[in-house]
Formats: sequence, C-alpha cells, structure tokens
Amino acid sequence: MRDAFVTALTELAPERPELLLLTADLGFGVLDEFTKRFPRQFLNVGVAEQNMSGIAAGLSLEGHLVFTYSIGNFPTLRCLEQIRNDICYRDANVKIVSVGGGMSYGALGISHHATEDLAILRSLPNMTVFSPCDRWEAAEATRYLIAHQGPAYLRLDKSAAPVASQAGETFQPGSIRTVREGFDITLAATGGILEDALIAADVLSGLGIFCRVLSVHTIKPIDVGTLIAAASETGGIISIEEHAVDGGLGGAIAEALMDAGAAPGTFVRMGLRNTFSSVVGSQKYLRQVYSIDASAIVRTVCARLKIPAPVPA
Amino acid sequence: MTCSVTRSLARRIRTHALRMTEAGGASHIGSILSCADILAVLYGGSLSVDPATPKDPARDRFILSKGHAGAGLYAALAERGFFPVDKLLTHYQNGSDLCGHVSHELPGVDISTGSLGHGLSIAAGIAYSAQLRCASHRVFCLLSDGECDEGSTWEAALFAAQNRLSSLVAVVDYNRIQGIAPIADVVELEPFAEKWTAFGWAVREVDGHDHDALLAAFGAVPFASERPSCVIAHTTKGKGVSFMENQVLWHYRIPRGVEFDAALAELEAGP
Repeated sequence: MRDAFVTALTELAPERPELLLLTADLGFGVLDEFTKRFPRQFLNVGVAEQNMSGIAAGLSLEGHLVFTYSIGNFPTLRCLEQIRNDICYRDANVKIVSVGGGMSYGALGISHHATEDLAILRSLPNMTVFSPCDRWEAAEATRYLIAHQGPAYLRLDKSAAPVASQAGETFQPGSIRTVREGFDITLAATGGILEDALIAADVLSGLGIFCRVLSVHTIKPIDVGTLIAAASETGGIISIEEHAVDGGLGGAIAEALMDAGAAPGTFVRMGLRNTFSSVVGSQKYLRQVYSIDASAIVRTVCARLKIPAPVPA
Repeated sequence: MTCSVTRSLARRIRTHALRMTEAGGASHIGSILSCADILAVLYGGSLSVDPATPKDPARDRFILSKGHAGAGLYAALAERGFFPVDKLLTHYQNGSDLCGHVSHELPGVDISTGSLGHGLSIAAGIAYSAQLRCASHRVFCLLSDGECDEGSTWEAALFAAQNRLSSLVAVVDYNRIQGIAPIADVVELEPFAEKWTAFGWAVREVDGHDHDALLAAFGAVPFASERPSCVIAHTTKGKGVSFMENQVLWHYRIPRGVEFDAALAELEAGP
C-alpha cells in the first residue's frame, strides 16, 4: 500500500511542480526514487512532526500542495494541534500520510500502533479521511488527494486485502465500495483487515450465510446511502477495524445510521475495546489475540444470527 | 519613515488596545503594551505591506506567534488601513471578527495563532517557499519569551538554520515575565542570545522600545548571509503604564474603572 502511494506520487509529481513531500525522517529506501528525481520537491525536516505540520501549513499558504509523511501516530497524534489549528482551520492543502495503520508494526509495540487515529482525525473540521484496503484504493486515493484541495488524512496499512478490482471500476471518494454482494449480513471493514472479512465471508458462505462485504475506504465523509441500504437490505451490520471501537469506523457507522433513523437488524462493532495492543506479535497474531481476525468475525456473525459456529479445524 | 510616525502609531496601538481590553473584558494588556513598539515599527515602517493588496505575493509576511497580543495587531492593522478603526471596539464582542487571539478571518492576517509555539514553524514554511521561488520578501515572526519554553519553537529554529532561511526573522519580545510568573522563577532562558546563536541564527539584541534601534535592526536583516536572523527585543511588560510595568498581575488582569482611567491618561501623555 505504501509503495502504491509512493508510485502514484512519483508519477504525478512532474505535472505538479508545487507538490512537496515532507518527511519527518522516515521512509528509508522507500522515498529514494522520489528524492532522486525530484530533489526540489522533497524535504526531510528531521524528527520533528510538530514542525513538519507547521511548515506544511506555511507552504500551503504560499500555494504549495504538501504531503507530510511518517509512520504510526507520529504525523497525526504527535502534532495534532498543529493539524487542527494551522492546517484544518486554515483549510490548508496539506495531505497527511501515515504508514502503518492499526497494528501493522506488530511486534514494535503500542508506540507504533495507530489505533485511535481515525476517531481523532475524523473529528476535525474540514478533514477528509481515507483508509484504503488495498493497493488500488491506496493509489486511487493518492491521485484524488493530489487533484483536490483541502486537508486530508491517508492511513496506509501494511496488510492489503486481495480484492480484484472490476474492469472499468472507478474510485469513488466518499463512497463505500461493495466488494462482495450478499443479503444475510453486512461485513463493513476499513483498511487491510478487510482480508479477514473476506476469509470470514468464504467460511460463512459454506454455512449458507451470504455476506455483503464493504470496503469503507473513506471514513469521512461517510457514505450514508450505502449504509442505509445495508441496514435495510441485509440482516445487520458488523463493523471491522484495526482500531479502537470508540469513534472509528464502527462509531461513524452508528452515528450515521442513528442520525438517519435506519437501525440495522443487528449491529456489532469489532475492534479494540478500551485496551492497548500491548501483546507482542505480528499483525496477524494480534488480530487473533484481540478477536478481530476472520475466525472472530465468523463467531460474531454466528452468535448474532443464532446459528452454531463451526468448530475450528 | 521617521520614528515620530512610528511613535505616534505605537501610542495609538496602546490606547486602542487598552480600550479594547476594557470594553471586551479581555486579558493580556501587559503583553500587548510590551510589543506595541515592535508592532508600530513593523507596520509603521519596516514591513512592505499594502492594505489595497493584502495578498500581494511580493509583500513581507508577518506572523504574530504570540497570538494573545491580538488586540495590538488588530490596532496596528486598523491604523494601517486594513480595516476600519471603528471595528476595533467590537473586539471580544458577540459576533465580532476580532477574537481574543489572532484570527485569519481579518484582512492582513495570514494565519490564526493563540496556541504558543506554532508560529515559527509556519513562518519557516513560508520562508522555505520564498527560497524555492527565489522571492525577495521577508518573513517576520513575533514570539513571546514564554513560548520559547515550547519545544516546537526550537524544532523550527533548527530547521531554519539547516535550510539557510535568510529571509526569516524571529523577533522575541523578551520582557522576562510569562503567564503566571517571572521567567527566572519558571524556566530560565539565559543565556538566551547564545542559544539562538548556537542554533545557527544571526542574533542582534536591541531595546524593544527604542524605535530607532528596532528600525535599524529590521532594516539590516539578514544579519548574516544564508542565516536566519533573530532580534531579541528587550522589553518591559506593561510598558507605558507605571503600575502595570513588570507586574505579573497584568498578564491577565482586565483594566477597569480607576485603573483604566489612570492607564489611559498615562498612555495618552506617553512618548
């Protein structure tokens, strides 16, 4: 996903000389080609995210299109007030990119897990929030960000879901992408963890339960229409995110549906519940530990639909 | 531009700010009086800005990083013709454009401030852009001494030196009193000039109430080629009102009643 972002940025940089890529001293090896080809459009500000965000605001006031790049919570929570006051209030053309959404950095520990970022960033006025599930969405979101004015956050997961993009499919920012059709229940996921939703959907189809699987690549603005349809056309909605359940994808869906008066038949928010992901392990292992992996999704769906869950092999 | 013009402007900034804080029930008069001469010399002489073209790309940029002195900047901008002077007394009132801390909703203001330690990074970004474009305007950023407690101020200082931002000028209003106590009792900044020098800036220290000295310093930037400039302006908090000078109390106290009358009398009779 990270490489898809860098590739898209590298393709479009020559057409947009006002585009600048700022990093807070991260991206070793990954940004080399961009740096080499566009030295005047690249700036390593050092390990100083507050400064990076303020510089980005200043540059945008002068007409630049600025990407700030780092990992985990560093380009977001570390410099949240600069993002709020200097970027969002000014409606500045600054795009914040974080590599390592959720627990991508597995065993590095909670300092490197971004598990509250979606909730916090989506609460900021003027902010658009993207959380793609695969390389295609990541590349398309990057192209959209380059073409459109205003502050935005792009959360890039290390994992990616194996979604085959349909022939002629176009990326619809602000919309939810239906990656599998079904009417028994809806699995709405954001980010690479959509891969677990797809595995769960396969298992459930073997039990005669057909899931609608949604990739919510745009967390803000949220696509209310598709959510209302899922609430009325399927048996309920399970939100799945590698993020705290408070205020993230599940929170956004709940708010949207309550506002619309369109309660789903059943509703579960799967994510971290008032906990730090302090167990040591890989992203895959941590999903299992925190009960947000494919088998946890299967168990959750079966419990809600009141059918026996399959015995794990 | 002669200093008699800037002195007259400084007197009007002070009296406007006093009236504004009294009418609005607002704080920070001590901080505003402290930097009124700096604002007057910038807006009355040094800055190349034109209210007819507030977005002119060739203009000098000014960032008030100590956003709590907003009333002082509003007064300077109004006197300079960016908006009507009548508007000043709406400061702090319901529905006004003039909030307590500086807002970009007003013509002549590029960025909103109020949270300390933000301004120098933004100014550095603007200066970096000027350097990329080989533009010749200057970027002035007025900081309080208290906000030099903020780590982000020093992040920006390191960055500006590394990138040889010679169009960038940090002006520190060094009155040695911060929010609730004297600097010496909180976090001492001395040796202050040496700190900026060690961070790669070219530094000049001036009397922050001496208009000739301020005008000369602002006219001499950059003080060294390929280096950002720092003007440490030694000032007196509450300058111009005898009972406010060097008093921590007047960071937050609102001038009212006999105190307001006495302060106004002193300021109107001032230099």
